[in-house]
Amino acid sequence: MKETSPMQTRYEYGGDEFVFVQLSEAMSLEANFKGMAITRKLKEKNWEGILDICPSNASYLVRYDPDVIEPEKLVAELKQLENEVKNLDDIVITSRLVDVPVYFEDPWTHEALMRFRDRHQDPNSTDLEYSARINGYSSKEAFIQAITEAPFIVSMIGFVPGLPWCFQMVPREKQIEVPKYVRPRTFTPERAFGFGGAFAVIYPVQGAGGYQLFGIAPAPIYQKEQTLADFKDSIVFPRQGDIFRYRSIDADEYQAIREQVENGTFVYRKKEIQFTPGEVLADLEGFAEEALRRLYHD
Amino acid sequence: MIKVIKPGLQTTVQDEGRIGYYEIGMPPSGAMDKFAFRVANLLVGNNPNAAVLEITYLGPVLEFGRKMKISLTGGEIPPRINGQPVAMWTTLEVQEGDQLSFDFVKSGARVYLAVEGGIDVPLVMGSRSTYTLIGIGGFEGRALKEGDVLHTADMSEKQVPLGTSIDPQLIPVYSKHHEIRVVMGLCSYRLTEESKETFLKTEWTVTPEANRTGYRHKGERLTFVEREQPFGAGSNPSNVTDLGYPIGSIQVPDGVEPIVLMHDAVTGGGYATIATVISADLDKMAQVKTNDKVRFVSVSLQDALAARREVQQKLNQIKESI
Repeated sequence: MKETSPMQTRYEYGGDEFVFVQLSEAMSLEANFKGMAITRKLKEKNWEGILDICPSNASYLVRYDPDVIEPEKLVAELKQLENEVKNLDDIVITSRLVDVPVYFEDPWTHEALMRFRDRHQDPNSTDLEYSARINGYSSKEAFIQAITEAPFIVSMIGFVPGLPWCFQMVPREKQIEVPKYVRPRTFTPERAFGFGGAFAVIYPVQGAGGYQLFGIAPAPIYQKEQTLADFKDSIVFPRQGDIFRYRSIDADEYQAIREQVENGTFVYRKKEIQFTPGEVLADLEGFAEEALRRLYHD
Repeated sequence: MIKVIKPGLQTTVQDEGRIGYYEIGMPPSGAMDKFAFRVANLLVGNNPNAAVLEITYLGPVLEFGRKMKISLTGGEIPPRINGQPVAMWTTLEVQEGDQLSFDFVKSGARVYLAVEGGIDVPLVMGSRSTYTLIGIGGFEGRALKEGDVLHTADMSEKQVPLGTSIDPQLIPVYSKHHEIRVVMGLCSYRLTEESKETFLKTEWTVTPEANRTGYRHKGERLTFVEREQPFGAGSNPSNVTDLGYPIGSIQVPDGVEPIVLMHDAVTGGGYATIATVISADLDKMAQVKTNDKVRFVSVSLQDALAARREVQQKLNQIKESI
C-alpha cells in the first residue's frame, strides 16, 4: 500500500448551480475533518443564496443560487475558508457520541446474502467470513472485535435519506477494506449493517445494495413517522460528524430493542463531545478509549 | 375535487421541490420541466410554488367535481375534454363532471396540469412534491392510482381570463434529437482525453431506464486514466471516494452507459462524475424519452449563466403578457 496521496484541493463547477470541492482523492480522517471544518464555517456565515451545504468523505458540495451569489465569488470565498482551517489544531468540533447496537450474523441479512451468493466474490463463504479472511483476521469473532472496539466517524450522509457512511477512527494500517459485491443485490433488508470499500453503513430502507452484509441494527436511522424522540426534529438520525460506536448484541437484546422501537420508547444512548482534529489524529487509540469511557461510564 | 378515473403511466404531484435537505440525502424532487411547470401556474393565476400534476408518457383520465380553470403545458401529449381536443399552453375552464383525457404522446415526455388554486396535499419539509423512493410528499407519497380523489388548494393569486395563451414563439419544440449543454468538470480528470472527446462526439441513445431518478444512455465505451486507486475509492477505475452528486451530473459506471442524474436521484456515491447538465437544459432533458438521441455539448460556465438568464427573460415575458 502506498502512503495516502498528498491532499490537493480541486474546485469544480457542477453546472451553474453547484460547486464541488475535492479536498483529497483518497479517504482519510484528515481530509474528512478538513471538509467538516470548512462546511461548518460556511454554515455559520449564513450567506444568502447558499441552498445546500453537503460535507462528504473527502470533498464537499455546495448548491447555490447564481442569481444571488456569483459563482466566481463563491469559489473565492471557499478558498478563503480553506485557508482559515489550515491548522487543524485550532478547530474545535462539537459532535455526538452514539451507541449503535448491531446484531451480527442475524437470520435476516443471512437469508438475504445467501440468496445472492452467485453475485459474490466467494460464493462458498458468508460475507463476514470472506471479509475477515481477506483482512487477515483468524476468525469472524476477531473481525467483529475489530469493528466494535474503535468508533467510526459519520463521514458523509447521502445516497438515500439518512444513510451514514462511517469511517473507522483507527490508524491506516488497521483500516478494514472490503470490495463491493461483483454485481449488486436487488434486495437488502431495512437496517442492514454493511461494509464496502473503507466504509461501514446502515441501510435506512430496504432496497438494492452492493455492500458486504454483516448484521442488522435493531434501531432505525430513518423514521418518516417521527414517533421516536430521536426523530422529533428530523426524519433521519445520523448527522455528519457523529461518532458511532457499533456494539455487538445478541438475539435477546435485539428483540428487546425492537420492542422499545415498536412501543415508541427507544432512545439512542448518546453524549456530546468536543475535540480538535489535531488531538484526535495525534492519538487515535487514546481518543477511542476516552470516547468509549465517556459514552458508557460518565 | 378531481377524481382519478385512470392514473396514466406515472402521474405525480410536484412543485418547485424540497430544497435544503440535500445534506441528509434527500433529493429535491419537484417538477422535472420547471419552465413548463411555471408557465402552467402562471396561466391559472397561481402562486409560483402551487402544486401541479406531472404526467408522464401516457396520460391519465381525470374527472372534475366542479367548475375550475386549468392549464396544460409541456410535451405534446394531446389533451381532450369530454373527447374534444383542447389547446395546450392556454387558460381553459372545465365544468362539473368534465373528463380530461390524453392521446398518445406526439413529442416530449411530460405534461403539466395546473388547476386554479393548486393541488392540495400536505407540505412535507416545505414542499408538496412526491418522492416515491421513500414514499413522502405529494398524494400519499406515491403516483396516483385509480379512484384517488384530489382536492384543490387556495394558492390562487390572480384572475386570468379564459383563452389566455402565450406567444407561440415562446413554446419549446421537442424533437427526437436533443442537444444537451453541459459544463465539463467535477471528476472529468478521471477520463482519458480521447474519452472526453468521445463523450462529446457520440450520439447517445436513451435507454428504457429514463425516469425521475435519471437517464441512462447507450453508445460508446469510455475509458478512465489508469492509476493505482486511492484508499477508500473502490477497485473499479470509474470509482472515486464516495462524494456528492450535483443534480444534472453525469456518471459513467464502469465506463459504459452515461447516466444523467435528475431530481429524484441519489445524492451521492462512489462513481466519478464527469460533467453537469446546465440548469436551462435540465428542462429539456425532462422532455427526452426512451430511444431519443442525445448529444452532449460542452459549454462554459458563462454560457450556462447566459442560458439561465435567457430562460428567466422568457418567463418574465410570459408573466407580463398574462
